[in-house]
Amino acid sequence: MVDLNRAGADGMDDDEAVIRVEDLTMGFGSMVIMENLNFSVRAGEIFVILGGSGSGKSTLLKHMIGLYSPIAGRILIGEADMARAEGAEREDILRQVGVTYQMGALFGSMSLMENVRLPLEVHTDLPLEAMNRIARAKLQLVGLAEYGDFMPSEISGGMQKRAAIARAMALDPKVLFLDEPSAGLDPITSADLDQLIRRLASTLGMTLVVVTHELASIFAIADRVIMLDKETRSIIAEGDPRVLRETNDHPWVRRFLRRSETEDQSA
Amino acid sequence: MAEKEHAAAAALRYSVREGSPARMALAGRMDAYSVGPVWTSVLEAAARAAGTGELVVDLSDVTYCDGSGAALLYSLEQSAAQRGGALRMNGVTEAVEGHLKPYREAEGVVSARPPQDQPWSRRLRDGVSTVGQEIFSQIAFIGEYGSALVGAVRHPRRVRWGDTLRVAEAAGFQALPIVSLIAFLLGVILAFQSAIAMRQFGAEIFVADLVAISLLRELGPLMMAILLAGRSGAAFAAEIGTMKVNEEVNALTTMGLDPVRFLVVPKILAGVFVAPLLTLYANLIGLLGAALVMRGFGIPMVAFFNQVSDAVDLTDLTSGLFKAAVFGLLVASVGCLRGLQTGTGAAAVGRSTTSAVVSAIILIVIADGLFAVLFYQLEI
Repeated sequence: MVDLNRAGADGMDDDEAVIRVEDLTMGFGSMVIMENLNFSVRAGEIFVILGGSGSGKSTLLKHMIGLYSPIAGRILIGEADMARAEGAEREDILRQVGVTYQMGALFGSMSLMENVRLPLEVHTDLPLEAMNRIARAKLQLVGLAEYGDFMPSEISGGMQKRAAIARAMALDPKVLFLDEPSAGLDPITSADLDQLIRRLASTLGMTLVVVTHELASIFAIADRVIMLDKETRSIIAEGDPRVLRETNDHPWVRRFLRRSETEDQSA
Repeated sequence: MAEKEHAAAAALRYSVREGSPARMALAGRMDAYSVGPVWTSVLEAAARAAGTGELVVDLSDVTYCDGSGAALLYSLEQSAAQRGGALRMNGVTEAVEGHLKPYREAEGVVSARPPQDQPWSRRLRDGVSTVGQEIFSQIAFIGEYGSALVGAVRHPRRVRWGDTLRVAEAAGFQALPIVSLIAFLLGVILAFQSAIAMRQFGAEIFVADLVAISLLRELGPLMMAILLAGRSGAAFAAEIGTMKVNEEVNALTTMGLDPVRFLVVPKILAGVFVAPLLTLYANLIGLLGAALVMRGFGIPMVAFFNQVSDAVDLTDLTSGLFKAAVFGLLVASVGCLRGLQTGTGAAAVGRSTTSAVVSAIILIVIADGLFAVLFYQLEI
């Protein structure tokens, strides 16, 4: 079994990589989006994938969770290659990762409680009482315990995203992937969500891989970032965003992280 | 003292020692997969060993504990409290405390939904109000689209004829294969079933009268309308419903475009236009199917079609086509209405589609009954 239990909660080596992307080339058909990407995600860190619109951030995330197959290269989750894993090995990996999508992707015909309970029903032998207890605690963790019997259509967009995080955490994954968690949210809701993400990493020792281009969120949550560049189809910066903002020489990186209107202002 | 060791298929083991205090030792992994198989037995063993006394749970041999493991620990806590006993945990790490926290916090949280338990008078009032609103919205829709149709007749240039033709092609031309199959089989079955009975009286030739009158006046329009409801009425409801869910209908409104004129009128015109054409085509194919069967009974095709032309007149054909046009109007209208009434979420689109087909079939049958009475009174 692929084991990702290296997170801080287990008291294991935090510096060890839980995800390693090696020489990854991705695209659709003959169209290559990114070439020869190499990076790793360490246990217990919040790792943010940055880039402009259309740079392939969400596509990279979908490769990392095995929804798309790469043109070349490997994506190692623990010791297993996500791109080539099949059958039981693939299921093992997927059980240890949780994913939330841009629009939340909650099932509209189920209450929040049923949404969160679903992965437990499918993958475990827990009695109903235990599943309800776990689902309720996950909703409590994201501040929605009192909305368990609400349908997704009855709550706001921000609440839907938090509920989606609760569902993704139902099986206590070691790695949580979040695609644009704060997109379309007001600054206060977005800041609350950032706080929640930080809390998940610090108190539960979860590793988080986040795709976002919300500047405030990046500085609030990221331990490390990589920045994708559409033109060169490669990673143009990697490291602590606060340090990159001050020291990186790449004009586009400085402009992105300082939110400058022109290149001159940022240089 | 009895000591029992249990090892589940998953790697969580527990042992219990009775006494004062009773002791339970947990060892191995505590996650969603390992606690499931032993959940009930752990709780039962703890209750048996401790009763109303104190239970000490030792976690020092637990190698891993996440939220699901914490759920079991919290359930032990709760179960001890319900028995009136006490529970103490040894070897609880900071991480386990972190996982236990949301369980303790969630205790006592009540639903944000207002209580649903209302008196019968209130529920009756709400029920009547819902039905009233439904009737009101249908009347409003009929008024709105009636005015849009009058507008289309008065200003034909404002009608989106491109969309109308596209819908007509999808609802009409693309339906020809299924219409052909159903109509042909209908003609074959009608002819075959009636020919067996008629043969006993040597009256096979009158099968042509029976099939032609049934198809032209009744079965042709009715079958086509039901096909149209299942195929196109459902598609209209799903298309408009999805647009409603995606707020495209709101976008039309805020752009100053009337959704009824923009979305509904082309579909209704297409429905009214294609239903008689499909019926005419179905009548021909049905008669062809019947003619082929009768050929097997020794009646040449020429004789069959001569008999058909003697049996029916233009009124039979036009009354059937008129009915088909009305059925087309009903199917398209109810499909669009259900689409516009769609709520939020994917399930709402499914409900609208189902409702569109069911409502259309009910309306078709009611209208057919009314036509039967009307045509009888008018001696058509």
